[in-house]
Amino acid sequence: MAKSEIQVRKTLERHGLSDEQLKAIFRNMLLQRQLDNRGFQLNRQGKVPFALGSEGHEALQAGAAMAFKRGKDILAPYYRDLGLAIGIGLTPYEILLSLFARAEDHNGGRQFPNHYSSKRAGLMSFSSILAAHIPHATGAAYSLKYRKEAGRAVLVTCGDGTTSEGEWHESMNFAAVHKLPMVMLVENNQWAISTPLSLQMAEPNIYKRAEGYGMPGEQFDGFDPIATYDAVHRAMERARSGGGPSLIEGVCYRFLAHSTDDNDMTYRTKDEVSENRKHDPVPRFERVLVDAGVMTAEEVDEMKKSVLRETNEATDKAEAMPYPEASDLYKHVYEGAWEPWQ
Amino acid sequence: MAIASSSSQILNNVEAVRETLYEAMKNDDRTVILGEDVGNRGNVFLITKDFIKEFGPERVVDTPIAEASIVGIAVGMAMEGLRPIAEIQFADFIYPAFNQIVGEAAKTRYRSNGEYTCPLVIRTPYGGGVRGALSHSVSIEALFYHVPGLKIVAPSFPADVKGLLNAAIDDPDPVLFLEHKKTYRLIKGEVPSGHYTIPIGKADVKKTGSQLTVVSYGLYVHWALEAANALEQEGMSVEVIDLRSIRPMDRTAILESVRKTRKLLIIHEDNKFGGIGAEISAMVAEEALFELDAPIRRLAAPDVPAMGYALPLEEEYMSSPTEMAETMREMVRF
Repeated sequence: MAKSEIQVRKTLERHGLSDEQLKAIFRNMLLQRQLDNRGFQLNRQGKVPFALGSEGHEALQAGAAMAFKRGKDILAPYYRDLGLAIGIGLTPYEILLSLFARAEDHNGGRQFPNHYSSKRAGLMSFSSILAAHIPHATGAAYSLKYRKEAGRAVLVTCGDGTTSEGEWHESMNFAAVHKLPMVMLVENNQWAISTPLSLQMAEPNIYKRAEGYGMPGEQFDGFDPIATYDAVHRAMERARSGGGPSLIEGVCYRFLAHSTDDNDMTYRTKDEVSENRKHDPVPRFERVLVDAGVMTAEEVDEMKKSVLRETNEATDKAEAMPYPEASDLYKHVYEGAWEPWQ
Repeated sequence: MAIASSSSQILNNVEAVRETLYEAMKNDDRTVILGEDVGNRGNVFLITKDFIKEFGPERVVDTPIAEASIVGIAVGMAMEGLRPIAEIQFADFIYPAFNQIVGEAAKTRYRSNGEYTCPLVIRTPYGGGVRGALSHSVSIEALFYHVPGLKIVAPSFPADVKGLLNAAIDDPDPVLFLEHKKTYRLIKGEVPSGHYTIPIGKADVKKTGSQLTVVSYGLYVHWALEAANALEQEGMSVEVIDLRSIRPMDRTAILESVRKTRKLLIIHEDNKFGGIGAEISAMVAEEALFELDAPIRRLAAPDVPAMGYALPLEEEYMSSPTEMAETMREMVRF
């Protein structure tokens, strides 16, 4: 199913979410967009060498994060999961530390921005190599099942591009064989850098592969945070209660270029992007909340201001922090001091 | 060597691996073995025979035939509190898992600034001389020893196998554990009972000598010893060092020996170009060049992709005790 074919829902269905939760989802979406912009701005100002955006994924990630149980579940994300990272407890300051590659960053300034890692939040470290983290999530889910830790599950995410990798397939298969507590959430944004879905797969409905693995599969509108929450919540509950893994697919669109080093106008048209922008999930959800009376227009304005303020404060604070020491290069190769020659 | 018990028994290398794995499974329920045919079949060399009956299919996991995810899933288990021992059925099949070993396991601690670790053992049988043809006889150590974050162990005596496998299992970082398959049943030796470890990174002088230092590992240690013992009859005194660990490597043992004998021969089954011997040669040249009485020599496989299935193609690829003895003679006489 292409994005344009998905039924757009304009009214609010709560699926058990309170006003506070709905507002938290919306705030997460606003914060994602603000932090995204900040990364690109800082790059253009020459202050950070690289940034990745998740514009277009806001609803999907804010909705999915709401289905994550903090202190219980494990998240194995990929590099376009800003909203999931902040949605499960990372702070804008932590995101900015990573952008500026400061010493206090979880990765000590070693990894690219957006390569989150936080044991505190239950967020597994990952690399830039696509699909390499899917077996890690599978192994983590195996550990949960092995220790009979009911009520916990692993949420693993990737884009459409990653579903072409062999390890993606191997992991889906293994998770299904062992009925692991794992949810594979695919954020289908239609593009693998410059390669459109049509050159990635003959069958564009990724969720349909679930049947081949012997697990439930479902597709939903990834521009709709409530539809996302509903699908992720049901799949996570199934996983937590011993019902095994699921493959669920949120259809969205990547509004920005792949990264600050990419020019998407070399492979797609302005028209295509602006056609999708019409369905931008951020203003769309704002209208839904205001129309349903969950928030007033004034409250929305105040929230936008507070998000900007928080982003500015985090930016200033992180920028003022020091880089890692050059000598930090030699740390954490192995446990303890290290020499290849003994 | 820290030995907990004074008793010992005679085991071959298969039995030494088996006993060590069995004790690890007994002692720590975080230990999980996973790989192709490790469960019902009990591994193709019967190393884990009947483990599944005692420890159950949750701890002895027959995986689908998918090497990348055997290692990848083990990495995830290790990141999430288990102590997995992943098996790659033959070292030749490890290539699909290359990224999971090099790009992931070896970098987990580093990339997360020490927040996540990967205490993982990857066991695999390697090496030739068994008519294993192109895809059941390779040596893989040089492909991996370039990689910081990984440890590589290749013992060849049963007591070393047990002590180093225990050390690998106890290690907080990923260890690639190489088992030379020709030595599996060929080599027997005394193995202490109970739990003991041999530190990773320590070589062992298997024969002392004064006129030439031979550094080797794996099957070739045994052949080098055969050659060195034969030379003893001719009045030549050759020292044989078994590296046992390839990363980290024991510089102290190598240099001590070379400074005594003033001559160095490195012997390995892996290809010569870019092999382990190249690194050892460079290190000795940097540290002790002017203490040498002869050029360093390397006896290693020719620059071809693999040994062949046909006997002459296998024999031509591999060295032999005779060839080793001849090279040793030349070097002693130099």
